[in-house]
Amino acid sequence: MPSPRYHREIPARFRLEAGKCAGCGRVSYPARKVCPACRGQEMEQVKLSPRGTVVTSTVIHVPPDDFLNEAPYAMAVVETAEGARFMTQVVDCDPSTVLPGMEVDLEFRLIRKEGKSGILCYGHKGVPGSV
Amino acid sequence: MVARTGNRTLFQATHGPLPLSQRGEKRQNARSVSFGSISGTLGYPVRVPGDTTFVKRSWHQEVEMPGIVGYGAFIPRNRIKSEEIARQWGKDPATIQRGLLLKEKSVPGLDEDTITISVAAGRGALARAGIDPQKVGALYIGSESHPYAVKPSGTVVLEALGLGPEIHVADFEFACKAGTEAMSVALAMVESGRVEYAMGIGADTSQGAPNDALEFSASAGGAAYIFGREKLLAEFLHTYSYTSDTPDFWRREGEFYPRHGGRFTGEPAYFHHVMSATQGILDRSGHKPEDFRYVVLHMPNGKFPLAAGKRMGFTQKQMETGWVVNLMGNSYSGSSPTGLAAILDVADPGDLILITSFGSGAGSDSFIMKATELLPERQGLAPTVRSMLDNPRKYLTYGEYAKLREKIILND
Amino acid sequence: MREVAIVGSGMTKFGELWDMSLRDLFVEAALGAMKSAGVDSIDSIYIGNMSAGQFVGQEHLGPLMADHLGVAGVPATRVESACASGGMALRSAYLEVASGMSDLVLASGVEKMNDGADVTGVLATASDQEQEVYYGVTFPGLYALIARAHMEKYGTTEEDMSWVSVKAHRNGAKNPHAQFRRVMSLEDVMTSSMVAEPLRLLHCSPVTDGGAALLLCPLDRAHEFTDRPVKILASGAATSTLALADRADPADLDVVDLSGKRAYEMAGLTPEDIDVAEVHDCFAIAEICCYEALGFVERGKGKDAAREGITDLGGRIPVNVSGGLKSKGHPVGATGIAQAVTIIEQLRGEGGEVQVEGANIGLAQNLGGSGASSVVHIFQGV
Repeated sequence: MPSPRYHREIPARFRLEAGKCAGCGRVSYPARKVCPACRGQEMEQVKLSPRGTVVTSTVIHVPPDDFLNEAPYAMAVVETAEGARFMTQVVDCDPSTVLPGMEVDLEFRLIRKEGKSGILCYGHKGVPGSV
Repeated sequence: MVARTGNRTLFQATHGPLPLSQRGEKRQNARSVSFGSISGTLGYPVRVPGDTTFVKRSWHQEVEMPGIVGYGAFIPRNRIKSEEIARQWGKDPATIQRGLLLKEKSVPGLDEDTITISVAAGRGALARAGIDPQKVGALYIGSESHPYAVKPSGTVVLEALGLGPEIHVADFEFACKAGTEAMSVALAMVESGRVEYAMGIGADTSQGAPNDALEFSASAGGAAYIFGREKLLAEFLHTYSYTSDTPDFWRREGEFYPRHGGRFTGEPAYFHHVMSATQGILDRSGHKPEDFRYVVLHMPNGKFPLAAGKRMGFTQKQMETGWVVNLMGNSYSGSSPTGLAAILDVADPGDLILITSFGSGAGSDSFIMKATELLPERQGLAPTVRSMLDNPRKYLTYGEYAKLREKIILND
Repeated sequence: MREVAIVGSGMTKFGELWDMSLRDLFVEAALGAMKSAGVDSIDSIYIGNMSAGQFVGQEHLGPLMADHLGVAGVPATRVESACASGGMALRSAYLEVASGMSDLVLASGVEKMNDGADVTGVLATASDQEQEVYYGVTFPGLYALIARAHMEKYGTTEEDMSWVSVKAHRNGAKNPHAQFRRVMSLEDVMTSSMVAEPLRLLHCSPVTDGGAALLLCPLDRAHEFTDRPVKILASGAATSTLALADRADPADLDVVDLSGKRAYEMAGLTPEDIDVAEVHDCFAIAEICCYEALGFVERGKGKDAAREGITDLGGRIPVNVSGGLKSKGHPVGATGIAQAVTIIEQLRGEGGEVQVEGANIGLAQNLGGSGASSVVHIFQGV
C-alpha cells in the first residue's frame, strides 16, 4: 500500500473513527461524505467501541500472496454496538470456531507488510471476546 | 551526575538535584567498597557510590511525588513449551526446566510486534488512568525489536492511542533495560514539570537464535506506564541507575539474532549490575530487603532473578508475584515492567515495591514505589497479567513456532 | 429506441490457452462473430475486460483491438464492471444501436488470466481495496461469507451447493468450448480441497483465458445478415454496495434482484416466461442466490433447485446448460458475452446436446464483484 493512501486512512484504521449521520443516526465505518441510508451530508465523528459480533465468516485457505504465511485465517463481517459493519480477520483462536454470533474484541495488529522493505500496515483484528 | 572511576562510568539518578555542596563531596568520596557476596563472587572490588545516604529533595513535603497514574500489560496468546524446543534440538527437557526454570514462553503471532504490544498495553494504561489522552505530553518506547530500523514505533503507537500531536516521542534501545529507561525518562519529564503526563513503555518480540540457550526464554510482551502527579496508583519514592560498558550480549546492525558471552552474561553482567543497582537504591533510600512486600528483578530466565534476590536477602514470597518468567519467558524490554504490572494487579495500599531491570551492555535501573489507596479500584479496569498468563492459548509445535518467528527461509 | 437484434456470435475455446495472447483471443472471437453474420466492416466496438492492466499489463484496449481486427479507425471502447464487464459491454452496444447512433456494433469480451499474474490478488481488486482487500480477503472468501450467511438464514448446506457443481459439470462435459469437460460426482465435489470455508475447489469457477463476441444491428436489418436473428427484449442493470459488509443482508444478492426486475419489466415478462437461462455461477452459492433473486424459485428455496433437478436440462427452468462458469470456465471480462452466446445458440436451436426443446425466450445474468454490479439481458428468437 503506497504511503500516502495509508497515511490518509490512519484515523479509521488506528482509532476506529467513524462517521455518524446527523440526520438519521446511521454510523458508517469508515466515515463517508454522504450517508448511505438517507443521503444526509452532515456527519459527526464517532469512535467505534472496540468489540462486536460476527455477522458472517469464512476461513481463507487459499490467500493472496501477501497473506501466504498466515493461511488458514478466519475473516468475518463484524458489527459493532453502533451498528457499523466492516470486514476483518479474527485471530488468536482456532479459525473454524469463528462463526456467526461470535463476540469479538478488536485489537490493534499488523495487517500486512509491503514486502520485505516497504511500510508496515496496521489496523484492527478481532480476537475472541473477553466477556 | 557522573562519577568516573577508572574505566567505569557510574550514573546515579536520584530524585531532585543533590545540593551543590554535596556534589563535590560525593565525587571525592567515590571509593571502592565491597558489600555482600558481590565482591567475593567476582573477586574484584566493585565500585559503588560513596555517598550512600539518600538525599531527600527539599520540596518533598510540599509537593506530591510523581508516580504511576495508569499501567497496562499485554502478552501474546501463543505459547511454546520449553520441552518442545528441547526436543527439537535433542536436549533433555528436564535438564532445561531445572536449569533455567522455564516452563513455557509467549510467542508473537505474525501480526504482533513491539508496536501492537505497546498499543495494547498503552490502552490498558489509559483505561486505568482514566485521563484524557491528549494530556499525555511525552511517549517513550523501549525495545530491542522496534519493527523499523528507521522510523519510530512511537508515532504509530501515539496515533493508535489518540495521543498527540503535541507530544514528545522517542524510541529507546538498551537491550532488556530499554523499558525501565523509557519509564525513567517519562517520570523525569513529569517530575521536571515539562509535561502533565508521560507514558513509558517496555515491549519486545525478542530474538533468540535457534539452538541457542536464548531460544528457551526469548518471548514477547510488554507493559505501559503513565506517570503524573495526581491520583497516583503508585507513588515513586526513589530511582537509581547503575551502568557500565560490559559486552555480555549484543546484536550488530543488520544482524537478525543477538550474540552473547555465555557465562560472561552471568556474574560480571547480570548479577553485578542488578545487585549493584538494587544495593544502591537500598543504601540511598535507607530501606532494607524486608521492608518490601514485592520485588521484581529482570528475568532473563527463571533462575537468575531468584538467585540474585536470594543473595541480597529477598525471600521467595517477595519475589514470586512478579516472577512471571516461568510462564511467559523473557520479553526483554518488557520483562521487569510486566513483572511490575503483575505486582500492581494485586498490591494493597501502602505496599512497598522494588523493581530492578537489567539491560545487557550493561546497566540496571531500580525504582522504589508505594501503592496508594487508589490502586485497588483501578486494578480491574484492564486485563491483569495473571489473566493473560492463564488465558486460553495455543501451544505451538516447533515447526509452527519457527514459522511465526520467521525462522524459515521463504521465497519472496 | 430502435429494436435490436443479434445476428452473429463467436467465441474461442475456454481454458489455459498458453499459445494465445489477449489480442489473439479477441481477434478470434470477433472474426467468428463477423464471419457468422457475413460482414467485413463494423461501426463500433465495445470490449468487456476486467483487468488486462493487471493480468498482462495492457490498458487502452480499444485502439489495440480495433487495429488487430483490421478495422482501425472505428470507435472502440473498453467497458469495465469487474466480472460483469462482458454483460455491460453488451448493454453499451445495445444502447448504441437502439439509440440510432450506429447500425453494426460488435459487443465483445476478453480476458487473459493465465499469464503469470497473481490471479487471486488481481481478482480481489474488484472488491473494496480499502475495506476488504487490505485485510486479506479473496474472492472465494467473499462468496464464502455470502454462503455462510445464506446457510445461517435459509439452512442451505454444503451438499446443496455441491449439487450445483455436479450439474454444471454434467452440462459442461457436453460443451466443446468448455475448460473442464468432465463429469464430477457429488463425492468429488465434497472432498475437493478447501478454498474458503465453506467453499471447496469444485464450488469455484476456474482461472480461464477466453474471448467471445456478438454482432448487433437494428432488428429491421437483421435479415440482411442471418436467417435466425435473436431479438434483445430487455437490458436491466443495477449496482449495490462494493463492500460486502455494507450490504443490507449478505445472504441475498440484492443487485441481481434489482437488475432482474428491471429486465422483466422492460420485456413485459415474468420469470415463468423464461425457457432457458445462463446465470453467474462464479461460485456455487452465487447460482443458488441467482435462482432466488431472478424469481426462478421462491426465496430460501434456491438450495433445493439443483438437487431436485428443477434447473437441470429437462427441468422446469434449465440453468447454465453451457456448464456455467464452473465447468465452461470464467475468463472474467468475456463471461457476460459468452453467456449470451450460449443463449443465442439455444434460441436459434443450435444448442446441440444441451438444446432445451422449444426454447424461445432466454435470459443471461452477469454479476460483478461480490454482488456489486449485475446486468440481465432477455432475448427472444425471432
